[in-house]
Amino acid sequence: MTAERSTPPERILLQDALKPTRLGFAERVRGLLGAGHPDDETWEEVEEALISADLGADVAIEVCDRARMRTDVGPQKALQLELLNLFAARKAVAWPRIPGPGIPAVILVVGVNGTGKTTTIAKLAYRFKSLGAKVLLAAADTFRAAAIEQIQTWAQRIDVPVIAHAAGADPSAVVFDAMDAAKARGMDVVIVDTAGRLHTKANLMEELAKIRRTIGKRIPEAQPEVLFVLDATTGQNGLMQAKAFNDSSGLTAIALTKLDSTAKGGVAFAIERSLGVPVLFVGLGEKVTDLRDFDPNAFVAALFAVEGEPGPR
Amino acid sequence: MFDSLSDRLQHALAGLTGHGRITEQDVDVAMREVRMALLEADVNYKVVKEFVKRVKERAVGADVIENVNAGQMVVKIVHEELTDILGAGDRTFRYDGSPAVVAMVGLQGSGKTTSAAKLARWIVRQGRQPLLVAADIYRPAAIDQLKTLGTSLDLPVYSAPQGTRVVDIASGAVAEAKRTGRDVVIIDTAGRLQIDDALMAEIREVHAAVQPRETLLVVDAMVGQEAVSVAEAFHENTPVTGLVLTKIDGDARGGAALSIAAVSGLAVKFMGTGERPTEFEVFHPDRLAGRILGMGDVVSLVERAQETYDEKEAEKLAAKLQKNAFTLDDFLEQMQQVKKMGPLGSIMEMIPGLGGAAKQAQAAIDRGELAHVEAIIRSMTLEERHDPTILNASRRRRIAKGSGTSLPEVNRLVKQFGEMQKVMKMMRGKGGRMPGLPMGPLG
Repeated sequence: MTAERSTPPERILLQDALKPTRLGFAERVRGLLGAGHPDDETWEEVEEALISADLGADVAIEVCDRARMRTDVGPQKALQLELLNLFAARKAVAWPRIPGPGIPAVILVVGVNGTGKTTTIAKLAYRFKSLGAKVLLAAADTFRAAAIEQIQTWAQRIDVPVIAHAAGADPSAVVFDAMDAAKARGMDVVIVDTAGRLHTKANLMEELAKIRRTIGKRIPEAQPEVLFVLDATTGQNGLMQAKAFNDSSGLTAIALTKLDSTAKGGVAFAIERSLGVPVLFVGLGEKVTDLRDFDPNAFVAALFAVEGEPGPR
Repeated sequence: MFDSLSDRLQHALAGLTGHGRITEQDVDVAMREVRMALLEADVNYKVVKEFVKRVKERAVGADVIENVNAGQMVVKIVHEELTDILGAGDRTFRYDGSPAVVAMVGLQGSGKTTSAAKLARWIVRQGRQPLLVAADIYRPAAIDQLKTLGTSLDLPVYSAPQGTRVVDIASGAVAEAKRTGRDVVIIDTAGRLQIDDALMAEIREVHAAVQPRETLLVVDAMVGQEAVSVAEAFHENTPVTGLVLTKIDGDARGGAALSIAAVSGLAVKFMGTGERPTEFEVFHPDRLAGRILGMGDVVSLVERAQETYDEKEAEKLAAKLQKNAFTLDDFLEQMQQVKKMGPLGSIMEMIPGLGGAAKQAQAAIDRGELAHVEAIIRSMTLEERHDPTILNASRRRRIAKGSGTSLPEVNRLVKQFGEMQKVMKMMRGKGGRMPGLPMGPLG
């Protein structure tokens, strides 16, 4: 009833077809756009290069179309500028917001499983502590095995206090205690670790909303920052993740982790464009010092930097 | 939320129904949609290119059979080709040997430790005695994590004092297994980037020392275009024998698995479907193919429904429906069941042809309509819930006030519920069975 199966499965393997994947994004784009007047086919390849950086087909097509229409600058510059346009302008505001004198700033850290929430928290805590702030951690990932031990180990290494309950405890109860402790001890910043959760689990997303409400109950003046931790190797699902977390807990910033890999983190473009939540931090390794401020200019420039050349990253 | 490929193809090829044969032009239109769908599913763009070429060759000139339109026909061909690629590699999990060594490798955060524990439990159910080995000496508390999981599964976990080299941990574990009569050794290695030369050297060393029967690369279903280079780099350093695809319980399409299968020929052997040790299964190529296409993963839907749906409750409900005693209380109960299954949109997306409805339903939820319905019912007395006909104007005003909603909203719900009861009566009249799925208030 259907067409014959054309090829036996074992011949589907595409090894040879894929060799060029190894060529870096920057080399490809430079090779394609460096020579002046790109034709349709060249632009299509540029589009593919953007897709290979996880920007997603929709954004890639849109960016290429816009870049093609520009006549004020050369094609490569046009592409860079259009990529930059996906990011909102960075305002020089303090992060986290300081709610008022004597009131601790609260950062709620959320994300799916395995994106690097706890490591990012350690890096943030280290950074704030280095700036002279009194930092308290809240071990509200009471679900995953040994998550509490993990954050306690980090807390010990960077020498900051941590509020923890037993495994399996109600995360909101941990947050409740952490907020009270922060006020009592005159802390400047409280960073709340939460269990990784898939954005499709309604009950777990509701739990997050509850944690956020608990913060508001104990410290009504707090305008908690909600930091979404996104693994740079994530593909197009990152957008759905961000939307779901934004719905449940109102994201205020994004940390893009594991950018020390070969992944380009292109889905961050799509997320920032779609939700307007800024990417503020990038994680570049496993040491507490491996956290940088995100700078769209540097990020885009890094996409175009050929390996071996000094890059801004 | 993405449109499902089948919906898109239906739309793109709508004018074709009834024609006998698929032409090249039809296929070109269809292939654009296929390309976008695969890219949205994070299938590697090179693989997409090759794949589209193959499907096109096969689809041009294919006969469109009766009762099926061209769009469905193309979807069918695409599904078959996807299943072929995903099912091409060797999916047998080999754990013969004394002891058989299994190494879990992968990027940070892909789910190695959880998968190691799940695999151990699976192996126990096959009648063997696994030993878990905590060889992630880098991530803080990784060893504690595996120990906790081991304790909960009542399985031994081998670990070595701080400072022991990973290769010595692996060798020590094999010796321990021999001594204590454990016949499968599962080594949980640290997450590492494929470009980290020092750590990749460590993995080679472990491989040389204990010669794993299986080296499973743990891949997050949410991973993007990098999947192929990650898999290739691991494969070059240590002969990978198969994949474990994790976090498939989210709504990621899992295109990474297709990319890796197409490029390296490595097959997915297991899937992680949740955080609990039981949520782990042997891989089904056809189900992932359907998921990548977004054309409905009905099997998973049914499983998810079964998982959350209390069977006794369902029986009770069926009995009530028979007796026409379905009350607003039951309606509320139904809503809770639906909620437990996760966002309505993602559930409905699993049902073929409901892509559009899923969006509407999700929009209704986003607007908080479901919460309002809940609040309204909860503001009624038990008597009112059992017999909404007693709801006079003053009762309705009280309910609107109590639930923080408005009178028109209360009226609408009561009316809708009345209509629902009518429909149920009709269905029973026809002798038709109630659909297995709980009904929402949104139809």
